[in-house]
Amino acid sequence: METFYLIIVLAPLLGAIVAGFWGAKIGRAGAHWVTSSGVGISALLSIYVLSGFVSGSRELFNGTVYTWMVSDGLNMEVGFLVDRLTAVMMTVVTFVSFCIHIYTIGYMAHDEENWPGGSLAGANSYQRFFSYISLFTFSMLMLVMSNNFLQLFFGWEAVGLVSYLLIGFWSVRPTAIFANLKAFLVNRVGDFGFLLGIAAIALYTNSLDYADVFARIPGLADTQIQIFGDTNWSLISVIGILLFIGAMGKSAQVPLHVWLPDSMEGPTPISALIHAATMVTAGVFMVARMSPIYEFSETALSFVLVIGATTAFFTGLIGIVQNDIKRVVAYSTLSQLGYMMVALGVSAYAAGIFHLMTHAFFKALLFLAAGSVIIGMHHDQDIRNMGGIRKYMPWTYWTSLIGSLALIGFPGFSGFFSKDAIIEAVHHSHIAGSGYAYAVVLIGVFITALYSFRMFFLVFHGEGPRDSHAKHHLKESPKVVTVPLVLLAIPSVGIGYLTMETMLFGDWFNNVLFVLPQHDTLAELGKGIHGPNSMIAHGFMGPALYLALAGLIVAWFIYTKKPDVAEMIKARLAPLYRALDKKYWFDEAYQFLFAGGSRGLGNALWSKGDRFIIDTVIINGSARTVGRIADWARTIQTGYLFHYAIAMILGLLLLLTWFVIA
Amino acid sequence: MLALTDFLMLGAILFSLSVAGIFLNRKNVIILLMCIELMLLAVNINFVAFSHFHGDTVGQVFVFFILTVAAAEAAIGLAILVVLFRNRRTINVEDLDTLKG
Amino acid sequence: MQFEMPSLIPVLPELFLLTMTCVILVVDLFLKEEQRVISYGLVQISLLLSVCIVYLTSGAEAEVIFYGSVIRDPMGDVLKVAIYLISAGAFLYSKDYLLDRNLFKGEFYVLGLFAVLGMTVMVSANSFLTVYLGLELLALSLYALVAFDRDSKAGSEAAMKYFVLGALASGMLLYGISMIYGATGSIEFPQVAKAVAETGMDNMVLVFGLVFVVIGLAFKFGAVPLHMWVPDVYHGAPTAVTLFIGSTPKIAAFALAMRLLVDGLEPLHADWQGMLVILAVLSMALGNVIAIAQTNIKRMLAYSTISHVGFILLGILAGTSKGYTAAMFYSIVYAIMALGGFGIVLLLSRRGFEAENLDDYKGLHDRSPWFAAMMLLLMFSMAGVPPTVGFFAKMFVLEAVVSIDMTWLALVGVFFSIIGVYYYLRIVKLMYFDKPTDDTPLTAGLDTRIALSVNGLMMLALGMFPAAILSICAAAVGSV
Repeated sequence: METFYLIIVLAPLLGAIVAGFWGAKIGRAGAHWVTSSGVGISALLSIYVLSGFVSGSRELFNGTVYTWMVSDGLNMEVGFLVDRLTAVMMTVVTFVSFCIHIYTIGYMAHDEENWPGGSLAGANSYQRFFSYISLFTFSMLMLVMSNNFLQLFFGWEAVGLVSYLLIGFWSVRPTAIFANLKAFLVNRVGDFGFLLGIAAIALYTNSLDYADVFARIPGLADTQIQIFGDTNWSLISVIGILLFIGAMGKSAQVPLHVWLPDSMEGPTPISALIHAATMVTAGVFMVARMSPIYEFSETALSFVLVIGATTAFFTGLIGIVQNDIKRVVAYSTLSQLGYMMVALGVSAYAAGIFHLMTHAFFKALLFLAAGSVIIGMHHDQDIRNMGGIRKYMPWTYWTSLIGSLALIGFPGFSGFFSKDAIIEAVHHSHIAGSGYAYAVVLIGVFITALYSFRMFFLVFHGEGPRDSHAKHHLKESPKVVTVPLVLLAIPSVGIGYLTMETMLFGDWFNNVLFVLPQHDTLAELGKGIHGPNSMIAHGFMGPALYLALAGLIVAWFIYTKKPDVAEMIKARLAPLYRALDKKYWFDEAYQFLFAGGSRGLGNALWSKGDRFIIDTVIINGSARTVGRIADWARTIQTGYLFHYAIAMILGLLLLLTWFVIA
Repeated sequence: MLALTDFLMLGAILFSLSVAGIFLNRKNVIILLMCIELMLLAVNINFVAFSHFHGDTVGQVFVFFILTVAAAEAAIGLAILVVLFRNRRTINVEDLDTLKG
Repeated sequence: MQFEMPSLIPVLPELFLLTMTCVILVVDLFLKEEQRVISYGLVQISLLLSVCIVYLTSGAEAEVIFYGSVIRDPMGDVLKVAIYLISAGAFLYSKDYLLDRNLFKGEFYVLGLFAVLGMTVMVSANSFLTVYLGLELLALSLYALVAFDRDSKAGSEAAMKYFVLGALASGMLLYGISMIYGATGSIEFPQVAKAVAETGMDNMVLVFGLVFVVIGLAFKFGAVPLHMWVPDVYHGAPTAVTLFIGSTPKIAAFALAMRLLVDGLEPLHADWQGMLVILAVLSMALGNVIAIAQTNIKRMLAYSTISHVGFILLGILAGTSKGYTAAMFYSIVYAIMALGGFGIVLLLSRRGFEAENLDDYKGLHDRSPWFAAMMLLLMFSMAGVPPTVGFFAKMFVLEAVVSIDMTWLALVGVFFSIIGVYYYLRIVKLMYFDKPTDDTPLTAGLDTRIALSVNGLMMLALGMFPAAILSICAAAVGSV
């Protein structure tokens, strides 16, 4: 069984290695064939694993593949934990990744145009891109299949690395470099918390293995620790919050969300794969995986809930005023990640994972559709320049419509089930902050519909593109682009209807996600719902559905019927518009406080601390001292045999005396 | 009748003499070779004495091996000495100081 | 007295190697100068076959034969395999060097094989007599090898120093053995251990014996203050011989320590532990510090050896199976590192030119990026930079020391390792940041290039998967 899982993990790695190191030799076709088939194998096997779990023929696997080292009783291992949660994640990751691989063949076909002529960095960029996305798939699989915190951290950092490499893929663009540096730095802040959390776990449980740690957590539920002074902190809360800080970085939650919109500087396939469907959901996955920890701390759960709700609402608002097609989708991603976190915060882990899954499909679809539009528009991404694209790109149009409907939670589409489950779960929750969260996620539904369809109408309806040149060249994208769109559209419509019963209310996540009875909001919700049709019926009774429809209609009215209304509102609400346009000045504040402040501090430390105390006194001083000692000590080695012999005799005497003294 | 300690004292004295010879002698390398032989013989006295007083022959067997090895060692030592003299035209211990530091 | 023919299976590897050595000695007489490569081939084949034989005759049970003189146990098997393989590597690297200097003679290989045989005899020794014979077989071969370049002034001087000091050390060892024999009435390790456990430390003769034995042992390791021969011999000997002396004999010395101190004198652990602490601290301190002042890379690596010996001693003095495992891991890893390090020195040398000075490494990256990278890995590994295997070797040893509550000793080790990093990284700096002084292309053959690449990459691979060797070592030590 080990070998079987190893193949799933290593097939993409092999592809990445071959395409990365021998890209020039195997050429473009070789590179996309080797990587796509590696990921394709993983995808097929993952689906096989999932189907095994569905039919009940497959058993949970939890085993160590390789013990890296044992240090002071702490086992550092590579191991796999494959249960139903993992199987879902594996399937989502490999399936979306596979679609992206195919799509990339079309999207990157003319990548050489993105590089200055003769640029060394641009040589074999096509192969390198494939190598990176395959490497990403490997890292993400390591992350989700891990059975211990060390490997989780490895995967966590590895996906971060690939994300960094890919955001800055077009390394000749200063904006891309700025964006990847930003992503890197912001993620370090999160990772710092994450690592501290893992360290706390290792310290108090003396284990890194999930099963061991989870078994010991209930025993630590009442442990108090002192961090600053004499204040007592609940250990579990501290661990939960620290781990969540890691998730805030990776899953771009307020206030560490600033890197995600900028990450759109990378090529669109990776925006879809990494910054929408998979990597950014790692935080959600992690919290769900750690449910046995979070369940024991209502403080940590409330923290997750409030951060998630805030992210869901405020980043959604920004989405309304964005004009870059990819940025709109990016803000929508932020907002949806917030929804997932809200679900986790109210202990509806299953709903969070369910939304993660449906979101992965429809958001990847929306991104790829946006990419398809961008190809058609010759890399113009401003939605104000678009319009009426519907008649030129029918496939893109219809798949986008499906994606958007799924996103706003139109009844029957996958997003409807997952989002409604979250909203209802919040409604049933009683933990601190749930009132705020409920209000915010409800308004969020309206906002989601508004920005989604604002973009949709602006891009596909109305007048044709302003630029007649662009209009002339507009045509549907090639098959390699549209086929993945269709492939992703299918689950965007149907996956929710098919799986909601088992995943949300059934026994799918029994023994995988741990929920204390008093927190079990989903069970309470499940009492009134029997099957998908009943859930749709139920949806008509709640406010969420009507809010979504209202958003849709408002968008339709403003952006196709009365475009001047938008201008009027913009003028009336100028301060709000400015706040949204400037994204609440997060970037400026960080730039000023952290970047500026730390540069100032750094300069001061550098000139006084580093150059004088450390360089002159400690480094050079100690180096000189050691050097002098060394020069003196080597004179002991006189070259005379009799001195050597004396040294030996002295050594003998030394040991003998040691005996006399001892 | 001599006691065991007498033999051990003799062995110790011979051993010390040979060790002293190695680091006091600054002239002829051949004297070093002689000192080494002497040291092995001191050890042999120890072995034989212990062997005798334990009533156990293993010590004497060991001595045979030591003698054989000592012969081989002397052969190698003298061979190195010849090479050294051929290269340096001296076998003065004090002149062996090009390798140091 | 009944004389029965013992089963020879446990010593088959040694018997095979002995036979082959004699065969090669005779065959070589009938070879013309240009056919010399046949002897070389035979040597490599014998070593590889010996590995196979060890593998075939190995077993989990320890077997004692020749009336308690020789033992074959899993630890011995592992160490023997390591010795055979690393020696084979050493012979491979030295081939081109010897050819260039007209030293490509059958005698080199015969002496080398006798040294290998001596080491394996030490590894499988179960009595003081066997230890002594193995030790002398190794030492005598090495004396001759150091003087192998008969026209080298430095070589003959180094050989003379090595010989006199070596003889002095083995004299001391013998003196110690005679004392222990006197105190316990036996030269077989199990009986000695039993007798020592009964009499304890009150016996003055035994104390004397122990000190002298430790001194002889420390000389073999090259631990301070018995290290004086190391730099001079490494420096004076032909580089091919330095490579050989610098690698496998460390494994043999580890075996020697295990057999003498653990098999034979385990009950005196508290006593030899103190002595090893002194030797280890002095070795780490002096080795790392003096290495900084060196300009000759062979001397520098000699001092580096001394500091690494300190680490091996740390593992042994811990006196726990964790410590022995760590020390065994360290000595095998060190032998591989030293093999690679001197291998690069050999690679850069050519006819009439020894790449002995640090300045010869300037700008190696411009001349050969690949081998500069290999040297980088080797230097990182020696310095103990993760994720190379050298880091893990150091870490396991330090862990063993910490686990017996000698944290201060671990701190001393870390402190001097930090000093040591300086001179390893200096090489890296020379290779990557300085301009080359000569642009002669490297002339090594394909076999050397491949072997060196494998050797360098092993530093990384073993660093990723240290458990591969560690678990073997742990299993081997666990059976002692």
